[in-house]
Amino acid sequence: MSNRITITAQVNGEKVTRDVEPRQSLVDFLREELELTGSHVGCEHGVCGACTVRLNGEIVRGCLTLAVQADGTEVETVEGLSESGEIADLQDAFLRLNAIQCGFCSPGMLITAAELLDRNPAPDRTQIREFIAGNYCRCTGYQTIVDAIETVAKERRDS
Amino acid sequence: MSDLKSNPVVTIHDRPNSYIGRSVPRPNAKRLLHGRGNFTDDVRLPRMLHSAFLRSPHAHAEIVSIDTSKAEAAPGVIAVVTGKDVAEICEPYVGVLTHLQGMRSPPQYPLAMDRARWQGEPVAAVAAETRAQAEDALELIGIEYSELPAVTDMEAALEADAPRIWDEYDSNLCWERLVDEGDVETALANSAYVAEAEFDFGRHTGVTLEPRSIIADYNSGEGRLTVHHSTQGPHMMQAIIAKAFQLEEHNVRIIAGDVGGAFGIKIHTYGDELACVALSMLLKRPVKFIADRLESFTADIHARDHIIRGRMGVDADGKITAIDYDDITGIGPFSMYPRSSGIEINQVLNLTAGWYDIENYRARGRVVFLNKAMMCQYRAVGHPIAMALGEGLAELAAAGIGMDPLEFRRKNLVPDDAYPCKSVTGMPFEKLSHHATLEKLAAMMDYDGVRAEQAKLRENGIHRGIGFSSMIEVTSPSAMFYGVGGAPISAQDGCTLRLDAKGNVFCAISVTEQGQGAEAIVGQIVATALGVSQDRVRVITGDTDNVPYGGGTWASRGTGIAGEAAVQAGHALRSQILEVAGKMLQAEPDTLDIRDNQVVDAANGAQRLDLAEIGRVAYYRADTLPPDFQAELSATRHFVPKAFPFAFTNGMHASYVEVDERTGIVTPLKHWVVEDCGTVINPMLVDEQVRGGVVQGIGGALYEECLYSDEGQLTNGNMADYLVPMAAEMPDIEVGHLESPMGESELGAKGAGEAGTGGAPAAIMNAVNDALRPLGGQITQHPMTPERVLRALGKL
Repeated sequence: MSNRITITAQVNGEKVTRDVEPRQSLVDFLREELELTGSHVGCEHGVCGACTVRLNGEIVRGCLTLAVQADGTEVETVEGLSESGEIADLQDAFLRLNAIQCGFCSPGMLITAAELLDRNPAPDRTQIREFIAGNYCRCTGYQTIVDAIETVAKERRDS
Repeated sequence: MSDLKSNPVVTIHDRPNSYIGRSVPRPNAKRLLHGRGNFTDDVRLPRMLHSAFLRSPHAHAEIVSIDTSKAEAAPGVIAVVTGKDVAEICEPYVGVLTHLQGMRSPPQYPLAMDRARWQGEPVAAVAAETRAQAEDALELIGIEYSELPAVTDMEAALEADAPRIWDEYDSNLCWERLVDEGDVETALANSAYVAEAEFDFGRHTGVTLEPRSIIADYNSGEGRLTVHHSTQGPHMMQAIIAKAFQLEEHNVRIIAGDVGGAFGIKIHTYGDELACVALSMLLKRPVKFIADRLESFTADIHARDHIIRGRMGVDADGKITAIDYDDITGIGPFSMYPRSSGIEINQVLNLTAGWYDIENYRARGRVVFLNKAMMCQYRAVGHPIAMALGEGLAELAAAGIGMDPLEFRRKNLVPDDAYPCKSVTGMPFEKLSHHATLEKLAAMMDYDGVRAEQAKLRENGIHRGIGFSSMIEVTSPSAMFYGVGGAPISAQDGCTLRLDAKGNVFCAISVTEQGQGAEAIVGQIVATALGVSQDRVRVITGDTDNVPYGGGTWASRGTGIAGEAAVQAGHALRSQILEVAGKMLQAEPDTLDIRDNQVVDAANGAQRLDLAEIGRVAYYRADTLPPDFQAELSATRHFVPKAFPFAFTNGMHASYVEVDERTGIVTPLKHWVVEDCGTVINPMLVDEQVRGGVVQGIGGALYEECLYSDEGQLTNGNMADYLVPMAAEMPDIEVGHLESPMGESELGAKGAGEAGTGGAPAAIMNAVNDALRPLGGQITQHPMTPERVLRALGKL
């Protein structure tokens, strides 16, 4: 497994270059090579959504994307989106409404929610539930997550 | 030392600026929302290795030989160990509680020794520089197995000629308990109607989003072991690991950072985790093990798996005459250590129909060893079974005599003025509120309105159902739960508070946080008892070097037990602060109070001193205090319930579902819960415990099942085939509260963590049967999959 490949990507606005194994997943690359541990590994087969990150502006499963596929791309993780303030209103609503318990799903859930509101500024509750149906949360039962996303959508529309 | 009596304040409920009963956000949630948590897999230590496990592909097989030589030579591999290697430094353990009389289970080792007894049992372990290298090396381990017949059917397992999992035992029975109160046979014979059914509850498992995770770090220089562990019980794990590896407990430090969901999965002794510790002890460097999802399905504990044949008799007025049932449950090849695999059925026998006034009660419970994954306590232990059995029979009986299910309960629920009293099985109840709960629920859901809607839609061929579950829940257990049976599990908790030099408060407490908001609630309590704002309180949990000794977070015990320790520690530190303030102000301490972070005159609230001034003088300018006075600004208090074995709570669920008679799909439309968990500290967090629990209960009722082949192969051990509740299928859940406080504590809180999971499956099942009844169908098998619903309707 020594046939490493050099990749260069823009991760949270910083240019990074690393030699990676061809088999390494994007989420393992972010966590192990860059120590960006906000993206989580939940199932490693594309079902749970805990590893959701943005690749060139679109959400992807970090476990179903290879690190080598990130070569020449822009990658955004929860750390970058937090520091830029892009999802600050979502984070605030998740906190206020307790749309979080253990927090393991939260980074993926927030990035998915941000994508939904980019695509549809006025989703109803059913549309919210369907859009986040690829992100597993064992703790909350989802209701407050739906509440928080609905609240932010309204606040954004009102502002 | 200060004397509490010199500051006669009163109780936590009389404090100004109280946080009790307020829905304030959790201070520790923000960093998690920023991706700045500290889960075990986020921890990286110098020279850390990664471990991976080779697991038995067979449910039952002799291990003929193991060849590790190729794996040892693989790139990055530092060590390969087998069962015998680990057993040389790790003592075996036995999952038996002495108060469950007659239970038996053989000694267990971290890795299989001469025989593997479930598919997924760890057999060998590799430590390597990377996880990928460790996994690569697993493929190079050569093991020769000789397959043995697998015991996979719990009823067939008890037949005389069944293959045996343990040669030293005369059968595959682990434990049996009988209960027989009153005269069941006569009561049933004299009943106007007897409802009868077989209830089947499939196996399911926790599917915590963060898998089980551990880093063991043995420092041979000081002979100390530090374990970063995703666990609910740090002191329990300290005791277990110290005993297994013959270390003194103070030389074992357990650190539970952020825990990504637990639900009872992370409170047991897992062989792969002990083997990870063994690797660190052998290699004298940190070793990490993070279970992947596939091994989580085969090596995490499973839960439920009961077949119950039950009967309930009623007289012509709908009064319950008797209940009679036979419960058999299949566990793994061992009883799990240290909580045992017998507590779930013990709970079923103790709790079933315990909310009803019943005199005649007979039950048999049998626990059977199987060649399947290990089975143990998971959220709401035994409760979903006890509720679904009792409430399933109750609604079948009510329907059998044409009685409304709420009227049936009004007639049979233990009256609200009957307390204190005992259930027919001897469970003592301090104060419950079944009838008030029922009436509040009926009003909250607009029962008559929902019934009218159901009837109207039925005319259009839309089949909806309404189902209920009354319930009781074991919370805040005393030492009678585990300690009495010999397990190193503490029923008490401790809280240490100290004022810092700037007038802020450090709080170290022995419960753990896995998302419920334990730290937030403790912060609210401490802030209230002291008279400071919550942002002045820093709460620390999950580190055996730095928190008082205590049980951890399980069995809905955090708020009821640790919350009271926090109350008492808060009173004690408040007295200490006022003692110092009294010296500084030349005032009697009992004329002073603390409000809004200030020492004030108790009589008129006039501000006298900032708490930072107390800290400054006590720590930097003690020379200005009287020479015979030593300021103490640190207090520890503990609490353990003694008056009752359990702080029972009660509640009631209502479920409204729609059943598609063509596809068999059940859609939960709405769910209501009224919960009486005593004093509510943070209604938002209690609501969220209930909602999350309800959804977990819906998972077990409709979707989740570990499916095994006859050969003991788990056939759906991944998240694509094992279905968990996702957002799109879940209903909104409305929660209401009543408050019957615990009498023994000042706080009066009980627990609320498991009420949702305990009651939801019964309510869902009753709702499905309410929908199916006019179609002639009935279902009592969980999960109620579309296929099973269609079979119930005779369409398959």
